[in-house]
Amino acid sequence: MSIEVREITKIFGDFTALKRVSLEVPTGDLVALLGPSGSGKTTLLRIISGLEFPDNGTVVFQGEDTTNRSARDRQVGFVFQHYALFRHMTIFENVAFGLRVRPRNVRPSKSEIRDKVMELLKLVHLDWLADRYPVQLSGGQRQRVALARALAVEPKVLLLDEPFGSLDAQVRKELRRWLRRLHDELRITSVFVTHDQEEALEVADRVVVMNEGRIEQVGTPEEVYDMPASPFVYHFLGSVNLFHGRVHAGRVQIGELELDAPDHVGTQEGPAVAYVRPHDVELARVKTDNGASIEAIVRDVHPVGALVRLELDRLDSDGVIEAELTRERYNQLKLLEGERAFVKPRNLRVFLKDL
Amino acid sequence: MFDVLAFEARAGQASLARATTEPAIVRIVLIGTTLTFLGLFLFVPLIAVFAHALAKGIGAYWESFREPDALAAIRLTFLAAAVAVPLNLIFGVAAAWAVAKFDFFGKSVLITLIDLPFAVSPVVSGLIYVLVFGLQGWLGSWLAAHDVKIIFAVPGIVLATIFVTFPFVARELIPLMQTQGTEEEEAACVLGANGWQTFFQVTLPNIKWGLLYGVILLNARAMGEFGAVSVVSGHVRGLTNTIPLHVEILYNEYRSVTAFALASLLALLGLITLAAKSFIEWKTERQLAASESVSEKGAT
Repeated sequence: MSIEVREITKIFGDFTALKRVSLEVPTGDLVALLGPSGSGKTTLLRIISGLEFPDNGTVVFQGEDTTNRSARDRQVGFVFQHYALFRHMTIFENVAFGLRVRPRNVRPSKSEIRDKVMELLKLVHLDWLADRYPVQLSGGQRQRVALARALAVEPKVLLLDEPFGSLDAQVRKELRRWLRRLHDELRITSVFVTHDQEEALEVADRVVVMNEGRIEQVGTPEEVYDMPASPFVYHFLGSVNLFHGRVHAGRVQIGELELDAPDHVGTQEGPAVAYVRPHDVELARVKTDNGASIEAIVRDVHPVGALVRLELDRLDSDGVIEAELTRERYNQLKLLEGERAFVKPRNLRVFLKDL
Repeated sequence: MFDVLAFEARAGQASLARATTEPAIVRIVLIGTTLTFLGLFLFVPLIAVFAHALAKGIGAYWESFREPDALAAIRLTFLAAAVAVPLNLIFGVAAAWAVAKFDFFGKSVLITLIDLPFAVSPVVSGLIYVLVFGLQGWLGSWLAAHDVKIIFAVPGIVLATIFVTFPFVARELIPLMQTQGTEEEEAACVLGANGWQTFFQVTLPNIKWGLLYGVILLNARAMGEFGAVSVVSGHVRGLTNTIPLHVEILYNEYRSVTAFALASLLALLGLITLAAKSFIEWKTERQLAASESVSEKGAT
């Protein structure tokens, strides 16, 4: 089932959580709502679920306006950040709850419920824990139970609020790959909220980057990472270097370096900021032929796994440049702390400065 | 609130005992002082009540309960409790639910109001009813015209009992429900449960021990209340005397065996309340301990 929200506004007291947000989620997609805390991502998810109602705007499921329908009637599955399992019920009873509370005429028989619950518990590999209570399970297991419980009512839409937020790093990684596989199997339209960019990029078909109650960018993980639509997205997704300069007629001037800025062919001359990812910073020991580079001194070298991170002090201004090299490239260069290097950015994106 | 503190103290005990083990002499002095104090001010009076009640033999003791006035007092006490307990149970759950699960205008005023009966002297609460419903009160002439008697009659006693006991359940449940939050209810709602199903299958099981605890304290107070009831009662024998009021009358008439026999009934009720309270505390503690030890195992 496709989800569409149109022009949603939500205000809590004097805090505006969402400002005229519109978003479309096509059927079968797995979408991540990514943003810092307070960006409105959880509020948007709760409005889609019907746990919260917008002050303005509409929520449309498969072409049908569901804005005023309560959460009970929306047929959504919701997985809470802290699982929200019913603590006095066994795992089996937790998963069975959604089926048992149905009105008599649409309630499956006892044996049907048992079969369905056990099938779901097998799906999340927890059928052997059916008689335990939530407190007896680890965080990862509880999260899987919460997912099985949400799936029991055969939701048309699956919504997950920071599903891996309270798990440790190892379990987190495992669980998110597992969620991706599960989604590929079930193909339920799913939306999950996260503040972890790695999680969003790894799991989602499409990433919605949110900030201060607005959507900054919607795109595939590659699009948002490689072609951020705004400085915010650049900052939020991974580390980035800033170069202040000026644009003029499709060229950008940073210090004595001048590079193409094809996005700004038509713009008047003006101040601009160029963004470059650390892995797009090229280093050399000697000045390249055409002289287009920034001189810097190596301040720090941190080998991290397969990569080597370097921090450099610019000589032409007091900025710092972060660079990421493969071990191989670093071993060729052998730059040590205090040595001089020439910096040349690749793939830089230029944004005009807000005046 | 006080039992929340008591609970925390208990939870801390195990680790504290290890961290601060005092020399034997200090422990003996501390424990000795406590026991002496308790003995003097609690056990001796308690024993005295039963000793006086049984001073003229078990026959005289039983005879005390066969007096019509005593029987009427017992009946009235149970009636007042039988009305006050269910009403305050419903009110307490509703108030705690409202305070813990919703945000609304005037919430802090409501919380303060719930505490009012704890804050004012019971005598004042009784007087308020006299001022409102008494013959000279605001509604007095209207009530008299319609031949409705509240003050110096059974309804007044029931009303006063309800008033002084209404904070018990709400006070017990508000902190409990606040810590439990609303996520489980939200989960139930998304899964398709209606309001009643959510309440009976999700909320109620989570608060049942706290609720029972509150009800026990509420019941004990409802049966033992003296001040407020005394003001509105008028002390009409066989009609508007509850057990505590009747005990006072008998005592003032130097009928100590009968007075103490009835008092022993209240004392017994107190002991049963204590036992029930300890049982519930033990039960919740055990549940908590069990869940903690298991979750520790689960985490490793």
